[in-house]
Amino acid sequence: MKKKQIPSVKVGTFGRRLRLPACGRQARNDRTGNVTMAEEFHLSISQELAEGIGRHGAETFPHECCGALLGKDSEQNGSPREVLGLFPLVNRRDDSPRNRFAVTAEDVRDAERVAREKGVEVVGWYHSHPDHPARPSEFDREHAWPWYSYIIVSVMSGKPAEMTSWRLNDDRLAYLPEKIEINRRTTV
Amino acid sequence: MAVKVIIPTPLRVYAAKKDSAEVSAQTVGEALSGLTTQHAELRKHLFTDDGKLRSFVNVYLNDEDIRYMAKEATPVKDGDVVSIVPSIAGGRNLD
Repeated sequence: MKKKQIPSVKVGTFGRRLRLPACGRQARNDRTGNVTMAEEFHLSISQELAEGIGRHGAETFPHECCGALLGKDSEQNGSPREVLGLFPLVNRRDDSPRNRFAVTAEDVRDAERVAREKGVEVVGWYHSHPDHPARPSEFDREHAWPWYSYIIVSVMSGKPAEMTSWRLNDDRLAYLPEKIEINRRTTV
Repeated sequence: MAVKVIIPTPLRVYAAKKDSAEVSAQTVGEALSGLTTQHAELRKHLFTDDGKLRSFVNVYLNDEDIRYMAKEATPVKDGDVVSIVPSIAGGRNLD
């Protein structure tokens, strides 16, 4: 498959700020109706990168955007997982890009290679929900692995809105919310 | 045949935090089966309930995608490396 090249996300200021919901430890309903108590997952990201994700979603609106989150997983030290860079990718779902996105295995390998070169790792993925809430769908859940952070940005009428992050739980039955913390760190 | 299976980072927590496993196998399918025998918690993240590889789980033998070979029946030889790579997919609920 011929690779499409897209430029890196440019950083800019949105007409309105991204809204980050509070989503620490709280009860969630999984698809079976059972209530799951979420662990406290925290994802640290700079304002610049958070806005970069929203800008990517605005650029591809009304289609979904997607990309890799490059960073470091320092949770074992008690620190939040940190996003230090983005690797924007082309949505390979040409047949239904308004409500689906796909990143091929080759794109995943590219993202992992770039991460290694920068001394970081792929800690998750982001995508947009055009004119739709930033909540994971059943389709999202079926195609996810635990451990990864999955950022979703809602893009309403072409403007970035709410941003959330999620992790799949061990039994694959539900997503758990991950609290997004904005930092002032530099990026890779 | 002694084959090395690379365990992707997100799944290492289900494999005693190991980044690879050595298995004895004649085919890629047997290598994956050997991996999940060693680390049973990996199974549900690689296979569906009816035992098929999940649609977003891709397997490479050395650097070749097994979909373009004999899939899980692809034979392996001593020293081969099997890699597991996800493809990422999702999207909003349909209206």
